[in-house]
Amino acid sequence: MKEKQDGYLKKYFQLRRHNAKVAWKKMKMSKNCYIFLAPYAILFTMFFIFPVVASIYFSFTYYNILEPPKFLGLNNYISLLLEDDIFLIGIKNTLIIAVVTGPLGYIMSFLFAWLINELPRWVRSVAVVVFYAPSIAGNCYVIFSVFFRGDAYGYVNAALMNLGIIDNPIYWFTDPKWMLPVCMLVILWMSLGQGFLSFVAGLQGVDRSMYEAGYMDGIKNRWQELWFITLPSMKPMLMFGAVMSITQAFGVCDVTMQLCGYPSTDYAARTIVTHLFDYGFSRFEMGYACAIATILFLMMILTNKVIQSLLRRVGT
Amino acid sequence: MSKKRKKEIEEKPYHKPLVKKRKPNRSIAGDVALYLFLALVAVIMVFPIVYAVSSALKPLDELFMFPPRIFPRNPTINNFADLFVTLGKSWVTFSRYLFNTVFITAVGTAGHLILASMAAFVLAKYDFPGGKVFFKLVTIAMMFSYYVTGIPNYILINKLGWVDTYWAIIIPAFASPMGLFLMKQFMEGLPTALIEAAKIDGANEWKVFFQIVMPNVKPAWMTLIIFSVQGLWNNRASTYIYSEEKKTLVFALGQIQAGGIARTGQGAAVLVVVMIVPIIIFIFSESQILETMASSGLKD
Repeated sequence: MKEKQDGYLKKYFQLRRHNAKVAWKKMKMSKNCYIFLAPYAILFTMFFIFPVVASIYFSFTYYNILEPPKFLGLNNYISLLLEDDIFLIGIKNTLIIAVVTGPLGYIMSFLFAWLINELPRWVRSVAVVVFYAPSIAGNCYVIFSVFFRGDAYGYVNAALMNLGIIDNPIYWFTDPKWMLPVCMLVILWMSLGQGFLSFVAGLQGVDRSMYEAGYMDGIKNRWQELWFITLPSMKPMLMFGAVMSITQAFGVCDVTMQLCGYPSTDYAARTIVTHLFDYGFSRFEMGYACAIATILFLMMILTNKVIQSLLRRVGT
Repeated sequence: MSKKRKKEIEEKPYHKPLVKKRKPNRSIAGDVALYLFLALVAVIMVFPIVYAVSSALKPLDELFMFPPRIFPRNPTINNFADLFVTLGKSWVTFSRYLFNTVFITAVGTAGHLILASMAAFVLAKYDFPGGKVFFKLVTIAMMFSYYVTGIPNYILINKLGWVDTYWAIIIPAFASPMGLFLMKQFMEGLPTALIEAAKIDGANEWKVFFQIVMPNVKPAWMTLIIFSVQGLWNNRASTYIYSEEKKTLVFALGQIQAGGIARTGQGAAVLVVVMIVPIIIFIFSESQILETMASSGLKD
């Protein structure tokens, strides 16, 4: 019995050695590939992989750049989750924003891509520009601070007062009740981004003969066609769009910081990223900020996993 | 044109239907309702942008008119001229901010295009140990927002001595994962036979890359450029750069808007300058971008 086991082990190691040798040979043969990859790979490691690893490491320490990091264990996480009330507000706001704008933005992206797909060619190209423009217009969203100004001369306030819906002007960006809804409106306005482009392009690529076959098989209306033919053949784009939506939904901070101020009244518009920004770049508590980044990062990866497994079931 | 031909055309007019080949399973009422809805949403989407442009063209007295007009009565370009005149007198001129942004955008995009295409080429066309794992990492990295990696990045850039230089913005932009991802997906559609034929003719990898591959993926160039420009043009850069003369346009925008009511017109003008460049690039390269995005899917 023992001998037999040894035999297996020996064989296993032999195999591993052989595999390693083959891999080494392959690597030598594809030397040129590594030369091509190297410049990008080095920078990518420096600015994308290293930061994540470093972030996880610093999250267990107290670090303020001036002194060397002091090891703290899990203390950062404990005080984040148990003592830091503002962080909990941040998590709550981020989740509200993510749950509302993430799926809604995603569905909007697909819906509009799908609707404009049937327009004649030139109308379609105009429509793509119109729908995509808000998300590349950069800082254009600050124009919303004119529309939603807090006094009676803000256009939205004036319109609502003329219609007799409200008596006094609403302080859109200073009243905690209204900050998040208005911000979400702005985020939704900007949500037709790269995912939308991917959908538009993907819909053009769906095989026409699939639809013809569908008519024969008795697909009655556009909704059935969507569920049984279009969506299943769009799966890769749907995955890509989901990644983009998650990134956008969890990373919200520019909009809230620009519109509601930083810090905002009662921290009502604070998101996780704003909190991170506060501790990282205003108070220089890097360790604490890294713990926030790590939590955010875990949340994003987890959500991505869940969404991807949901998307696999589409059209079945 | 001969009379015969004219007659022919009259008899058989070339009639192009508005909606080509209606699909059999569509109801006309549904179509009309959907298009009305679409038009309404399109107006909502475009309104803030139109409004921003029109307020940049308004003279000062019209800017504060209440109730507001959507289109200016006496359009003027004074606001744009003022950017150069009044801000020309401050110690960091508007043209300097503009130069900073243009420089960062141009250099960052060019470097990103070259490095990402080189990496994408080998990842798409060769099978070598580590290639697949690396690409997987890149797809995960697409999810990192700028701020998640911000702090260690700051520490690293500080160690490298790049704080308060343009490189703090430019070099990390070289490695942005989005460009590599799109480029690689697009290059996979390139026929391998093309590369092999060139190799048989005696071209080495560099030659193949610069003379065969790159000219054939021009649509992907445009896509990469627009995404890179979009990111860099809107970069506030306020955490890495603190010297006033190296700050970017978007940062200046914030300052002009903080300048109070007298600067409203100029604020609107900068807003237009900031947003118009990415939009124009997009309009001119739309078809190429869509061609690239068709291969953007994530396979499991």
